[in-house]
Amino acid sequence: MRILCPYCGDRDAAEFTTIGSAPPPRPAPDAPMAEWHAFLHLRDNPAGLHAELWQHSQGCRQWLRVMRDTRSHAVAGAEACRS
Amino acid sequence: MTRLASGGRIDRAQTLRFSFDGTPYTGQAGDTLASALLANGVRLVGRSFKYHRPRGIWGLGAEEPNALVELREGARREPNTRATTAELFEGLAARSQNRWPSLRFDVQAVNGLFGPILSAGFYYKTFMWPASFWEKVYEPLIRRAAGLGRAPEEVDPDAYERMHAHCDVLVIGAGPAGLAAALAAARSGARVILADEDAEPGGRLLADRQEIGGLPAADWAAQVLAELAGFRDVTLLPRTTVFGAFDHGTYGAVQRVADHLATPPEGTPRQRGWTIVARRAVLAAGAVERPIAFAGNDRPGVMSAAAVRGYLNRYAVLPGRRAVVFTAGDDGWRSAADLLAAGAEVTVVEARDAVAPAIAEAARGARQILGARVAGTAGGLGLAGVTLTDGQRLPADLLAVAGGWNPLLNLSGHHGARPRWDDALLAFVPDAAPPGMAVAGAAAGRMTLAACLADGAAAGLRAAEEAGHPGQPLALPRADDEPAGLRALFHVPGRGKAFVDFQHDVTADDIALAAREGFRSVEHAKRYTTLGMATDQGRTSNVTGLAILAAATGRSIAETGTTLFRPPYTPVAIGALAGHQTGRDFRPTRRTPLHGWAAGQGASFVESGAWLRAEWYARPGERGWRDSVDREAQAVRRDVGFCDVSTLGKIEVVGPDAAALLDLVYANDIASLKPGRIRYGVMLREDGFVFDDGTCARFAPDRFLLTTTTANAARVLQHLEYAHQVLRPSLTVALLSVTDAWAQVSLAGPRARTVLGGLLPGVALGNEAFPHMSCAEVVLEGGMPARLYRLSFSGELAYEIGVPPDAAAALADRLLAAGATPYGTEALGVLRIEKGHVGGGELNGQTTAGDLGLGRMLSRRKDFIGRALAQRPALVDPARLVLVGLLAGAVLRGGSHLLAPGAPATTAHDLGHVTSACWSPHLGRMIGLALLAEGRSRIGTRIRVHDPLRGGDTEAEVVEPVFIDREGLRSRG
Ligand SMILES: [Zn+2]
Repeated sequence: MRILCPYCGDRDAAEFTTIGSAPPPRPAPDAPMAEWHAFLHLRDNPAGLHAELWQHSQGCRQWLRVMRDTRSHAVAGAEACRS
Repeated sequence: MTRLASGGRIDRAQTLRFSFDGTPYTGQAGDTLASALLANGVRLVGRSFKYHRPRGIWGLGAEEPNALVELREGARREPNTRATTAELFEGLAARSQNRWPSLRFDVQAVNGLFGPILSAGFYYKTFMWPASFWEKVYEPLIRRAAGLGRAPEEVDPDAYERMHAHCDVLVIGAGPAGLAAALAAARSGARVILADEDAEPGGRLLADRQEIGGLPAADWAAQVLAELAGFRDVTLLPRTTVFGAFDHGTYGAVQRVADHLATPPEGTPRQRGWTIVARRAVLAAGAVERPIAFAGNDRPGVMSAAAVRGYLNRYAVLPGRRAVVFTAGDDGWRSAADLLAAGAEVTVVEARDAVAPAIAEAARGARQILGARVAGTAGGLGLAGVTLTDGQRLPADLLAVAGGWNPLLNLSGHHGARPRWDDALLAFVPDAAPPGMAVAGAAAGRMTLAACLADGAAAGLRAAEEAGHPGQPLALPRADDEPAGLRALFHVPGRGKAFVDFQHDVTADDIALAAREGFRSVEHAKRYTTLGMATDQGRTSNVTGLAILAAATGRSIAETGTTLFRPPYTPVAIGALAGHQTGRDFRPTRRTPLHGWAAGQGASFVESGAWLRAEWYARPGERGWRDSVDREAQAVRRDVGFCDVSTLGKIEVVGPDAAALLDLVYANDIASLKPGRIRYGVMLREDGFVFDDGTCARFAPDRFLLTTTTANAARVLQHLEYAHQVLRPSLTVALLSVTDAWAQVSLAGPRARTVLGGLLPGVALGNEAFPHMSCAEVVLEGGMPARLYRLSFSGELAYEIGVPPDAAAALADRLLAAGATPYGTEALGVLRIEKGHVGGGELNGQTTAGDLGLGRMLSRRKDFIGRALAQRPALVDPARLVLVGLLAGAVLRGGSHLLAPGAPATTAHDLGHVTSACWSPHLGRMIGLALLAEGRSRIGTRIRVHDPLRGGDTEAEVVEPVFIDREGLRSRG
C-alpha cells in the first residue's frame, strides 16, 4: 500500500504506523462515563471509506488522517491532524 | 541419444556433466534439466503424489506439474524444483522424489490398486476414526506417503538480497506481446522494467518456427532486446518472476540471480527479492497449453504438444521417434509439422471431423485420423502405444496432446477479480485487472503472433502515456496470424484413471464424485478434491477440472465460474523475502557508546529489546554470575558503583507550551516543577492503566528532558507526538528523541558525591546547593560539557551524568580510576527490587497507578490522559491485585503463582503472581515483588508460592514492597 504524505509525498505503507480508526473527539474532562466509554471502545467498521490515523513514523513523524476504502485499499486522501 | 544434429539455441561447444539419481549424464549449456534428460532418453523422472504412478515431463516451463525433483545436495538441497525451469550447470546433481526404494520399483505404487479409498475427499473419509489415531497414526502415515521432496536440515549457506525499484511501466513477460510493449514504452521515454522468468527472454518466440518482418522470430526478439538494452531507463530482469500484484502499483518479484550456478560467486546473492512500484503495468505472461483428460494420460511420454515444439526448436531434442499428436485444434498440427521436420514418424489424431486443407497439407507426411479420440495408453514406465476410442491401437513412444490454451491471467486476479469465460476462445479471459494494470497478448486471449505483437505495442504505448510519457505508435514488422481454430474437448470418458491435476493426482472421476456428493460449488469442489491446490496452483488443471465439473452438474463453464487467484504466482523461497535480515541481522543491534569499554572490562551482554547491555563484569576468582552480581550490588550499597544507563529513552521537549503538553501526558503535576529540578512521573494510557514511568527534568521554563524505560522509548515519543498533533495541535512545542545524543552513566553509593566532586572541582554538590532531584548543565574537569541529574533508582545517594557519546569511555575510565565499581543490569535489577521500584514485570499493561502504590501521584487539579477512565469501577476495585514484597527462605521465581497456604493449586484459588525476584545480598535472603489480591491486608501473613512449570513450591512472608531504607534517607544523604 502507498500513502500520499502531505509533507513527504507518495510513500510505502511500511514507513507508517497505524492505530486504526480515527478516534472520535476526546470528551470534556467532566463528561459522563458513558461518553468516555464510547470514546475508548466504540468504532464503526464500515465496508467502504474509513477514517484512520497513520503516523509517518519513518518519515516526518506527522500523524495523518487517512481516508481508506476498506474494500479496495484505495486511499482517498491524507491530511495532517494538526492542520 | 535423441539430440538433433543441428538447430536449437544450446551451446554445442560447451558440454556439461550432471547426474540424475546418481547416474552420470551430459548436456549442453543452454539446456534445462528437463531438456538434458530428454536428450539422454530419460523419460521417467518422478512418482506421483498419491498413487506413486510413474511420471515424466509434461511441459516446457513454470507450468510443469509432474517433473518435480530435488536439486543439489546437502545444505543447498531444494525439493520440488521443476526440471523444466532448472538451468543445467556443470556438476548439477538431481534426484527423483516420492519413490521408495527406487524410482523404477516403488512399493507404494500399489496405492493405485486401492484407488477407490484415495479418491476425492479421502482425507476426510478414510482417516476420520478414531480421533486419537489422527496425530499418532494417520498424519505421520499420510506425510510419509504423500510427502514429495525432503527439505534440507542444515542452515541455508547462501545470501539473499532485497531490492526496491520504481518505474513508469513494468512489463511482465518478454514474449512477443511483452517485448512489443516494452519497446513502445521505452521509445516513449518511460522508465521501464521488463521482467521475464526465463533465462533467455523471448517466450514462445524461442520455441516456435515463426517469422517476424522476414526474420526468424528469435532473431527479432534478440534485436528488440539489444535496442532495449541501449536505453538508460530500461531495466531488463531475466530469471525474474513477478509473483504478486499488491496495492497501489506495488509488485513483488523474485530474481534467481545464481540458481543457474553450482554455488553463487563470492558477494553474489542466490536470489533477490524485489519490491517494484510501477505507475503502470502490462501483464504479458502468455498462455499455457492444457491437457486432455483420458485414461493413462499421465504416462511418461505423454507431453504437451506445444512443449514438444519447444524441445525441438529451442533445445534440439526429439522427445520421441514414433509420435502421436492428439489435438482438438489447429495448434497441434504445428507440432506435427515440426516433428515431421525433425524426422519423426507422426500420426495426427484430430478430434474435429475436418480441418482446413492448408493445415492438413502442412503435415502431409503424417498419417491423419480425423474425428477421433485417444481413449488410453499402454506401456510400463514409459509410453509404448495409444488406443483410440474405436479400438485402434497405434504404437508410439511420444503422445503430444494439444487441448487448447489457458491464458496466464493469474496476476490480473490478485485484487479479487474473477475472469470471464469466452465461448469463442474456449478460455477464461480477464474481465478486470488491478488499477494501473493492462493485460496484453495471449494472457488477454490474443492467440496469434500478429495479434500479440499489435496488442502488446498498443498496451505499452498506452501505459507509457498514462504514466506521463506520450509517444508514437510502433511501426510493427509483418507477422502472421497462424490458424487457431479449436473445439472444446476436455475429457474422453472411459475406463482407467484420467488425470486432471497431475501434481495432486486428481482424476476426472474424483471431480464427478465430488459433484455427486454435493460439492457443486467450484470453491467446494476445489477443496474437497484438492484440484489446483498444489505448488503449480492448477496452471494446467483448473480449466479442465471446471469443464468436467460443469458437465457433471449440467451447467455451462461460465455458470460454474472459477476460483480466485492469490499470490504468489509461483512458490517463493522465504529467503528471498527475508533478504539479509536473518539471524543476528534480523534487526539492527543497538550498542551503547560504552559497549566497547564494557567489553574491555570483561562484561557479558544481554539483549534488551534491540539493545545489548552489560549484564555483569566477571572478576577473577568468581565462581558464577551470582558472585559477580552480589559483589557489584554490595559495592553500590557500601561504597560506590557506576552503571551504563544510556539505553533509557531520552526525549527533549521544548517550547512555550512544553509544560502544558507534559501536564496532559503525565498523571502527576508538571507545571509547578521549578527549573533546575526533576520530578518522577507516571504516564497512563487513555484507558486508565499505567503506560510508562520515568523522570522529567526541567532545565529552563521552556525546556524539559524526559527519560523513559528502555523498552518504551519509541512508544513514549509516539504517544507524545499523538498528544500534541492530534489532541492539542494548538500548543507550540517541539519534541526530539535525544537517546543517542547522550551517553548516560548512573553513579550510585555512599561515596558517589566524593567521586563526582573529583570530576567537578569547585562545584558545590552539597544538599543545599544541589539537593536530591536537581538537574544542571555543567562542564566536567577537562572541558567536557555534561548534564548532571541527582536522582536514584537504587535508593542510594546517586547521580546520573550525561555526556556526548564520544566522551563516554573517558568518563568511565575516570570513574574506574576513582575507585567506583562498574555494575551491570543484573545488579541494577537487584538494587531496584530491594528499593521496590517498579520495572518491566510490574509495568505489564494491566496495572493501575493504585495497584503499584502510585495512586497518590494522580493529580486531582488537572485533566490528563487516562484520568477519566482510571476511575472505572473495575480499576478502583479494592479486590485488585496490588504490589507487595515477598521474603522467602527458598528460591523465588518470577511468574510463580500465589495461593493461600493450604489452598489447592487451581485457577480458582489463584491470588496473584511474582513479578520480580532476586537474591538480595544486602538482606541475605530471596526477595520478590508480587501482585497479590487484597495485598495490603495480607502484609505480615504467609503465602504459598507455587511454580508448577519449573517445579517450585515454597512459602513466603508478605511484606511492604520496599526492603531497604523506607524513609528514603540514603538517597537524600
Ligand atoms: Zn511524511
